[in-house]
Amino acid sequence: MNTSSNTYTVVYASVMVVIVAFLLAFTSTVLKPKSDYNEKVDKQKQILASLNIRDIDNEGVEAKFKEVVVADMVIDTLGNVKAEKGGFDIKKKDINPENLPVYMCKVNGVDKIVVPVVGKGLWGGIWGYVAVETDKMGTVYGAYFSHESETAGLGAIIAEYEGFQKQFAGKTIYNESGDAIALSVLKKGKNVDGVGVNNRCDAVTGATLTSNGVNDMLHDSLKKYMKFLKNNAK
Amino acid sequence: MGKLFSKENQEVFSNPLNLNNPVVVQVLGICSALAVTSQLKPAIVMGLSVTVITAFSNLIISLIRKTIPNRIRIIVQLVVVAALVTIVSMILKAYVYDVSVMLSVYVGLIITNCILMGRLEAFAMQNGPWESFLDGIGNGIGYAIILVVVGFARELLGAGSILGFKVLPQAVYDLGYMDNGMMTMPAMALILLGCVIWAHRAYNEEKK
Repeated sequence: MNTSSNTYTVVYASVMVVIVAFLLAFTSTVLKPKSDYNEKVDKQKQILASLNIRDIDNEGVEAKFKEVVVADMVIDTLGNVKAEKGGFDIKKKDINPENLPVYMCKVNGVDKIVVPVVGKGLWGGIWGYVAVETDKMGTVYGAYFSHESETAGLGAIIAEYEGFQKQFAGKTIYNESGDAIALSVLKKGKNVDGVGVNNRCDAVTGATLTSNGVNDMLHDSLKKYMKFLKNNAK
Repeated sequence: MGKLFSKENQEVFSNPLNLNNPVVVQVLGICSALAVTSQLKPAIVMGLSVTVITAFSNLIISLIRKTIPNRIRIIVQLVVVAALVTIVSMILKAYVYDVSVMLSVYVGLIITNCILMGRLEAFAMQNGPWESFLDGIGNGIGYAIILVVVGFARELLGAGSILGFKVLPQAVYDLGYMDNGMMTMPAMALILLGCVIWAHRAYNEEKK
């Protein structure tokens, strides 16, 4: 057979593509439930990490999540509750001012509100969860950050190094007068108007752009939740 | 059976492990070797994934080598590799999710790993399925060994642990020992890899 004729080449390519497409579609369908479950557990783990519940194994995650998270609500920027349930199923890319997931939690009997934050780092997306106390100042109870593709050893520290995340606990998200988001990630020695000692966290050395990304992410995302957090402050 | 493990076939398998190692002799696949070796576990999984993919893409290409139209042979090779990589990536996501997160884009980038295309073009297109399969396994393991060596050294020196378990006792830290943060960075992997190449060459030089 002449394997270099045009007809043969075109037919060969088409048949190959169809076979490969079927193969991939089949594998994807078979494995989808399993990988979806993994993604769900991973997300629950991240939310728990923001509530300072770390180091639980995958089997315990679902039960703990059920115990701690009272409701996964959907709200909008004006602070209206749009749905009492279903916030967990909103994907990161679908978060917008009209569609904001928020998690109402209870840790040892004390109310916390976990707010997802989404932004851009140096190379790709970054995201996280910030757990806030229900007090007037908006004290941070805990935080978790992760990233798609920040530089290993530098920007990736926002996810790998717990110390970076733990420094957020006890800081406040509002400025002194309480009318704007002031929680910031800043280089030591750098001062920004309206950002008090209680608002600032240390940036990662050598990862200025990732740190700036975290800073912008906090401001942009928390701003959308400000009304809701204020309404729920006791 | 005797033919399956003939002397030539043994060489096809063992050459890439040492004398013709894809990483330290041909210096291929360096990018991923640097990126995924900060810990031992992802290094092992990456090595295994590449071994499986080189073995089976070699086998498949060798089986269909006589039917492949010459003008689109690189595309055919790429499609086979890409399909296998996608399947492996989906399997990793389903069964070892945390590792697949750690490997992130590098699983997908196996497609562009020079070792794969190199073996397909240089070996599988000319040789039978069994030899090609052996060649694929050999090259995959040759790559995996180096990853494991570098990953072992980096995790031990960079975090004081192996496979996530602390192996250095607290007493050592009390004496003033510190984990070397440099080791967790890709730059140090390159230096370590250089040392491996150096040791490998020096050893083989002596034997000659």
